[in-house]
Amino acid sequence: MGAVRTAVIGVGQTKHTAARTDVTMPGLVREAALEALADAGLGFADIDAVVLGKAPDTFEGVVMPELAFADALGAVGKPLLRVHTAGSVGGTTAIVGAKHVMAGVAERVLVVAFEKQSESNATWGLTIPMPFTPPLVAGAGGYFAPLIRAYIRRANAPAHIGHLVAVKDRLNALRNPKAHLHLPDITLEQVAESFLLWEPLRYLDTCPSSDGAMALVLASEDAARAAPGPVAWVHGTAMRSEPTMFAGRDQVNPQAGRDCAADVYRQAGIRDPRRDLDCAEVYVPFSWYEPMWLENLGFCEPGEGWKLTEAGVTAFDGEIPWNPSGGVLSSNPIGASGLIRFGEAAQQMRGRAGDYQVPVRVGKALGHAYGGGSQFFAMWVVGAEPPD
Amino acid sequence: MTATSDPAADAPLVEHHVLEYPGGYTRSLGPALSAFFTGLRDGRLVGARTPDGRVVVPPAEYDPHTGAAVEEWVEVGPAGTVTAWTWVARPKPGKHHLDRPFAFALIRPDGADTALLGVVDAPSPDVMAVGMRVGPRWARARHGTVRDLEAWVPLEAGARPEPAPPDEAPEAADEPVTRIVCPIRLDYEINAGVATSRYLRGLAQRRIIGQRARDAQHVYVPPRGSDPMTGAPTEIEVEVAQTGTVTTFCITNIPGLSELAPPIPYVTAQVLLDGAATPWFGLVTGCAPEEVRMGMRVRAVWADEPAPDARTLIGFEPTGEPDAPYETWKDYA
Amino acid sequence: MTRRVGIVSFAQVTSPCERRRNEVELVIPVVQEAVAASGIPRAEIGFTCSGSCDYLYGGPFAFVSGLDAVGAWPPIRESHVEADAAWALYEAWLVIRSGEVDSALVYGFGKPSTTDAAEVLGLQADPYTVAPLWPSATDLAALAASAAIAAGVLDERDMAEAAAAARRAGLTNPHAVVGEDVTADELLARPVTHPPLRDADLAPVTDGSVAVVLAAEELARKVCDAPVWITGIAHRVDTPSLGARDLTDVPSARAAAVAAGVGDGPVEVAELAATHSHEVVLLRRALGLGPEVAVNPSGGALVANPVVSTGLIRIGEAAAGIRAGQARRAVAHAASGPALQQNLVCVLEGD
Repeated sequence: MGAVRTAVIGVGQTKHTAARTDVTMPGLVREAALEALADAGLGFADIDAVVLGKAPDTFEGVVMPELAFADALGAVGKPLLRVHTAGSVGGTTAIVGAKHVMAGVAERVLVVAFEKQSESNATWGLTIPMPFTPPLVAGAGGYFAPLIRAYIRRANAPAHIGHLVAVKDRLNALRNPKAHLHLPDITLEQVAESFLLWEPLRYLDTCPSSDGAMALVLASEDAARAAPGPVAWVHGTAMRSEPTMFAGRDQVNPQAGRDCAADVYRQAGIRDPRRDLDCAEVYVPFSWYEPMWLENLGFCEPGEGWKLTEAGVTAFDGEIPWNPSGGVLSSNPIGASGLIRFGEAAQQMRGRAGDYQVPVRVGKALGHAYGGGSQFFAMWVVGAEPPD
Repeated sequence: MTATSDPAADAPLVEHHVLEYPGGYTRSLGPALSAFFTGLRDGRLVGARTPDGRVVVPPAEYDPHTGAAVEEWVEVGPAGTVTAWTWVARPKPGKHHLDRPFAFALIRPDGADTALLGVVDAPSPDVMAVGMRVGPRWARARHGTVRDLEAWVPLEAGARPEPAPPDEAPEAADEPVTRIVCPIRLDYEINAGVATSRYLRGLAQRRIIGQRARDAQHVYVPPRGSDPMTGAPTEIEVEVAQTGTVTTFCITNIPGLSELAPPIPYVTAQVLLDGAATPWFGLVTGCAPEEVRMGMRVRAVWADEPAPDARTLIGFEPTGEPDAPYETWKDYA
Repeated sequence: MTRRVGIVSFAQVTSPCERRRNEVELVIPVVQEAVAASGIPRAEIGFTCSGSCDYLYGGPFAFVSGLDAVGAWPPIRESHVEADAAWALYEAWLVIRSGEVDSALVYGFGKPSTTDAAEVLGLQADPYTVAPLWPSATDLAALAASAAIAAGVLDERDMAEAAAAARRAGLTNPHAVVGEDVTADELLARPVTHPPLRDADLAPVTDGSVAVVLAAEELARKVCDAPVWITGIAHRVDTPSLGARDLTDVPSARAAAVAAGVGDGPVEVAELAATHSHEVVLLRRALGLGPEVAVNPSGGALVANPVVSTGLIRIGEAAAGIRAGQARRAVAHAASGPALQQNLVCVLEGD
């Protein structure tokens, strides 16, 4: 189609944690941005455009905070764009950044996403009651837990599957120094006995609330060739949305997710994701979403996702590791989480994932983000080699 | 059933809405703003010197022009010069610090190259002018917030500002200030919209009235004004039954998630009302949580005093009928 | 990738105080009208992008409610910016230029009448040292005007001329919520309410929505007899520190205008999203618009200011002027942030 080929040439993130009490919000994003720039061998002056993504502004109580952070982002005198697509925002932010390069408008783009949830409270921020809008009486988990029940019924899944994911992702996180949760003693029993929040979800089946920032430097092919380190090439990007509620909606295995995956796989030449990817960084905020997304993303037929999880197919040393970084279950600065998925997929393809590096055999990885009532999806496939 | 043509039925429903994080936002400070707020608590104005030698106040963490980190703190002022001003004739109680009309001004403290926003306690706008000299009036009790500098006041020609009085605040004055708390309260008058108003007025009559688009069959409950699949307006009202089927649910064990949450454990469910195309979300009551099951038949539970309000439809309770066969609702769960 | 992108339709709704409809009900008519007028079936529009502001809405996820008005089934490629819909148009323009899609629906919506919008927008300022003092967006703009006047860059009469011209133009704009046959002298006789600004120098509170359909050149020519081409579009942002900015100019608007190529040809019409009259003067200068340019024939934001729709409406109005034969080349401007901190400039041309 003539789009400029685009690569990830720098990645940076803060050590995600419950509360960063030593920095301001601009300081937080700055930390991630500096690390990404250093990784790319660049300074702020080399950046042509800045894209920032985050969750609703009510989390931090600042209207359009990217405006107040323009200095910290080195964005003064440059294009600065703010993306907000609910939980998928981190992924969308990367895609919008990539579009700047693909459209030939920028050679180097700084993409940043963050959340400083400790300024308020994530539960409050997500469920602020609005007049005349049916309230989420049971919070965000109360929306997803019934869908998980529906999945368990459809797939006839045994009760412990979620716990397997809860343990797997936290053990993976032990290899990732940037992950928020480091739970070296976590066991299946511990998860199964943790506090029951929204049946069937237990405390350890759910993600933490984190302060954190993630940054990528995206570059055109020409600029990527000058990068000092290995780069990850963008092979495909896709976004899909569907309405929150409509007649006949499959909330458990949403069409928008399936369509989004099909689109990004087509662009990246992926026919069988289980075989044609080295790993996947997938937005799994509640443990059961791994088997659900395995089906939604076409890694298996509907009803079979839990079997893959149970068989260890997605384990760190499995056939197709899912969330080798520890995933959202180990770190969740909401606005950044999608970008962390996209960025960690890139790190795997750059061979920069340190102790949680998976073998790169095929040379492609999937980054995935979703948000809203399982209605907004953003995905990309990145590769160790340039696309054909 | 068609809508009533009673004009009062179309009057918009309006509700006052307050957006406020209880207790205010806790904002942690980095080194630059910690220096600034600690300075305020100590009765001093602190700026920063950027790498190119300019003095910036409030101390920016990053140079406004180059983005470079700034790490050298400099005391500035205490007096300053007004570089811009405006007047607030109606101060907002609880937000503006002064309860009498005042000026906002950009004030460049002596020794600084930039101006900071300040409140000037002046008797009238006639006193204000770009170029005038002002000095800080410090609060007697200072806590490391912007209000430690209670206000700027006009300075007579050649006069020096009063020094800051000793801090009367009881808390420890030796530790640097590392965070500030920022209360933010915003008020809104929100109207329900045409579709939602009709639905809520129906609830007030203990009726559940959905809507569908002209050329479609799907009845949306609650209606939102458009068919989400096409964007077409949903102009036709259809009353649906007050019975339905639980398609899925969960038992919540966390107290206090919402004002409407009953004591834990409680059940929230998706309920497919007979005749509706989309499930209704809400409470299931009238039985023990462990008795709730997918496919359970339920009927509406109404508040004693119905009002055009979502809370009038409290939730659903079991009817006692046999469960609906899986085939009749499996596409909804 | 140099495929040209054209505007093929535009629709807007404004109301001084929308008490009946909520946000989704404001979006339905503009999306329906713009899509119908575009000649492109809704199901074939490749990308959808909106602009809105949660804090104007009063809670999180305002954009999700807007999506119900669009008809997002089968699932659509869709995105959202927390900004004026002019920036949503920018994102859509990028996506079309990247070659992924051939068309896009862009829309914005907001109901600032439900709250004290100037107070809410004041929370765009620095959250540590400025917002806790609660200056409103009007206070911050007034400070900028004060500085500009003190520097001799403009005066009260310049502002009154701009305000009077806007109000007169509002008389013939069906979407204006303000219209008055008034002279600068008459306005100068009215009280100063936010020194140095008078009420007529401020944009009116306006609820509203806007939608625009974009198409790549080949498709645009197929569906539209007179597409309006976006021949340049760029945006830039200034430092947030009001006391560190050059308030005698609008540097980011100046830079955006250069990047968009405003000066590459004659400009006949300019629609500027100035929400305070002194900003008309400053922007005119920053964009290099001489006296021959007809500024804000619609009346501009000073006669209707549906926040987060205003900038896209400027683009739509400028395009409409070209379609109507009033100009061949026009400039449209959008702004965001306190006192014109961020500016977007768009150059539009007819065939």
